[in-house]
Amino acid sequence: MDLVIEWGQVHALLGENGAGKTTLMNVVYGLIRGDSGDILFDGSPAVIHQPTDAIRLGIGMVHQHFMLIPPLTVAENVILGHETVGPVGTVDLAKAQREVTALGTRYGLDVDPKARVADLSVGIQQRVEILKTLYRGARLLIMDEPTAVLTPQEAQGLFDILRSLAKEGKAIIFITHKLGEVIDIADRITVMRHGKVVATTTPGESSPADLARLMVGRPVMLQVDKGPARPGKPVMQLERLVIDDDRRHPAVNGVELEIHAGEIVGVAGVEGNGQNELVEALVGLRQPRSGRIVLNGREVTHATARTFISLGVGHIPADRHRMGIVLEHSIADNLVLSTYDRPPFARGIVRQLAAVLSYAKKLIKSFDVRAESPAQLVGSLSGGNQQKVVAARELGRNPKVLIASQPTRGLDVGSIEFIHKQIVQQRDAGLGVLLVSSELDEILSLADRVAVMYRGQIVGVLEGKAAERDRIGLMMAGAA
Amino acid sequence: MLNKRPRAIAAAVLLPVISVVAGFVVAGLAVAISGADPFQSFSALFQGAFINPRALPETLVATTPYIFLGLGIALGFRAGLFNIGAEGQFYIGALFGVFIGYSLHGLPSVLHITLALAAGILGGFLWAAVPGILKARFGAHEVITTIMLNYVAFGLVNFLINNGPMVDKASSAPRTPYIDPAAQLPILAAGTRLHAGLILAILAVPVVWFLLARTTIGFRIRSVGFSPTASRAAGISVAWTLLTTMGISGGLAGLAGADEVLGVSHYMPPSFSVGYGFDAIAVALLARSNPWAMLPAAFLFGALSSGSRFMQFQTQVSADVISIVEATVIMFVAAPALFQWIFRLRRAPAPPIKIASEEGATV
Repeated sequence: MDLVIEWGQVHALLGENGAGKTTLMNVVYGLIRGDSGDILFDGSPAVIHQPTDAIRLGIGMVHQHFMLIPPLTVAENVILGHETVGPVGTVDLAKAQREVTALGTRYGLDVDPKARVADLSVGIQQRVEILKTLYRGARLLIMDEPTAVLTPQEAQGLFDILRSLAKEGKAIIFITHKLGEVIDIADRITVMRHGKVVATTTPGESSPADLARLMVGRPVMLQVDKGPARPGKPVMQLERLVIDDDRRHPAVNGVELEIHAGEIVGVAGVEGNGQNELVEALVGLRQPRSGRIVLNGREVTHATARTFISLGVGHIPADRHRMGIVLEHSIADNLVLSTYDRPPFARGIVRQLAAVLSYAKKLIKSFDVRAESPAQLVGSLSGGNQQKVVAARELGRNPKVLIASQPTRGLDVGSIEFIHKQIVQQRDAGLGVLLVSSELDEILSLADRVAVMYRGQIVGVLEGKAAERDRIGLMMAGAA
Repeated sequence: MLNKRPRAIAAAVLLPVISVVAGFVVAGLAVAISGADPFQSFSALFQGAFINPRALPETLVATTPYIFLGLGIALGFRAGLFNIGAEGQFYIGALFGVFIGYSLHGLPSVLHITLALAAGILGGFLWAAVPGILKARFGAHEVITTIMLNYVAFGLVNFLINNGPMVDKASSAPRTPYIDPAAQLPILAAGTRLHAGLILAILAVPVVWFLLARTTIGFRIRSVGFSPTASRAAGISVAWTLLTTMGISGGLAGLAGADEVLGVSHYMPPSFSVGYGFDAIAVALLARSNPWAMLPAAFLFGALSSGSRFMQFQTQVSADVISIVEATVIMFVAAPALFQWIFRLRRAPAPPIKIASEEGATV
């Protein structure tokens, strides 16, 4: 892939999670070695084996998770590793403070150099990170998802700073998957998908809808055999749901949605628009702030995950390794992870391993898990087979509703097809499905209705037809 | 747990064995540097542990608490909990056990012993439940809270027994009254201190194995130990699991304490244990948290503990040398990477012992 960054510009690197943006920038910063190809800096080939090489060239990186030492002051953090040492080995802190103040004034980065980093807000801490790179003489700044941790107001403040830095002639690479920001801040935009550059453009040339299509579009449309849905009565109703993220900012803001038996409702949207929080609330892993979740006529808004499971909610989580399976358990044990203590798998507190084993054998066969035996550790399976184990567990207990989040991410085509087919089959048998995916094609090929999520709200519900792709793209970008 | 290939079993046995050998090599070097003959010292150690009259029964007497305590600590490991408080739970268990032992009279022996041991379990359970609740409810790290509660336990015992309400006023030494003879555990071999507690300890092994491998509680413990996030998503209450695990772990430590009172000392002095609760961490590590492996591991530590006294008497080499063996063993078992690096062996597929923390650091 090729990428050209010019001085005095904010260059946005846009793409879905896993598109390769961060990996690419880690190569530029010397954290990872590239396999082949060259980096030219200021017209001459640059040898960057480790971050110190990058820093010497004048490349600075602000990571998504800050690299600051909270108990130290701003000035101490900024000069760390580049201290001016006095005659008896003491650090000249007064000089450091003067320099930090001077830098701050020059670029509009007002920070008290004597403040303890631990006492600062996230937005101000980010300024300290930027100061740190400037202090080390950075001329090219790489910002990795800088707004992910900021409030909208803080993000506006950051944009002002970045503009003034660009005006000073610095180059800025801005990694993001948020379309709105790109339009706001970027001079040039490079869109990446599956490790490749798919387009380089400018905000003037491309609309948000174009960008959304470039980001999520896939050249080959997966075909799923499915007949029309025959929706029954509603199985899950969401009423004015407000759900906070980990920082207690509302990530989902007043979502209304009904999932009927026998239909697949797709939730389309660029990642980070509240889908994760929504999914967690719908399986009992996150407490909504307000609103109601009604399951088959029963309110379950604040119920535990266990209650959701026992009332027939299946969950295919986006993060398979963290949430979906226990890598160190056998396939059989993973298949009963949520039903291990119920008959026939347990009598009292005694597990009935023979029942577990025969159930596992049945599921392994019907879900086509390629394994030597049910006793094999799940960790030794391929990703596709691990995901089949998750799907088998969740669908195997005949749920009424399935909440599936990125169910086919990172899987091979064969496994994707298999899991899609299973979901459609269960739909035809009366299952209500909420399918959250950042792959628009997955949504379009599976969903009977598509709800588009943008900034924590459902901005529209459409019939899931391929013809509506452009409209959905526009809505994902918040432009319709 | 089933269907392990012979090769895997061999590898799982090899690591502890080589660890122990390495422990003796390092301790032998220390002995040699101090000017004594390591071979002579270790032969005295062996003699004191197995050969001398009453050596083997004494070794088995010391093995008994190691089995209970090792099982309790291993249970914690399996849930990702590091219970450093076994020593304190041992003290409180002994305290509860001795109280029932000396304050009741005229009961049938079986009933009295059962009550006293049950009291010991209760004491250890309650003492461990405190860090369990702190962890489950507030996320307080159990390593810190259990260590601190050890000192509270020592202080409490000291207060109660040293001129406190539990002191034997008829005695000049600070200690509790003797327990009722009916509460004493029967002696297994005349002329030795070997008591029926050993049988209870050996019986505890299959019980704990069954709990871990065959019950829903054990499944929960192992699931949470492997992946708290996936367990939570599957509807398992992580907090409740940690709390119950901590309680059962403490109950086993408390049982060890009561058993020691009923079987060996028959009363309780203020400084009661010789650090069984700390040594047992090494026992659990050496057994790699496998209940069956607790038997040989505890036996080894029992032998070291009883043999070292004779070694010190015979060769003037301090019994503390044994701590070097123990420490080296822990180092090797806790750092399989170091071990592999030195011996270039294939790793035995034993479950890793997780020390619970936000980052999920693995030891």
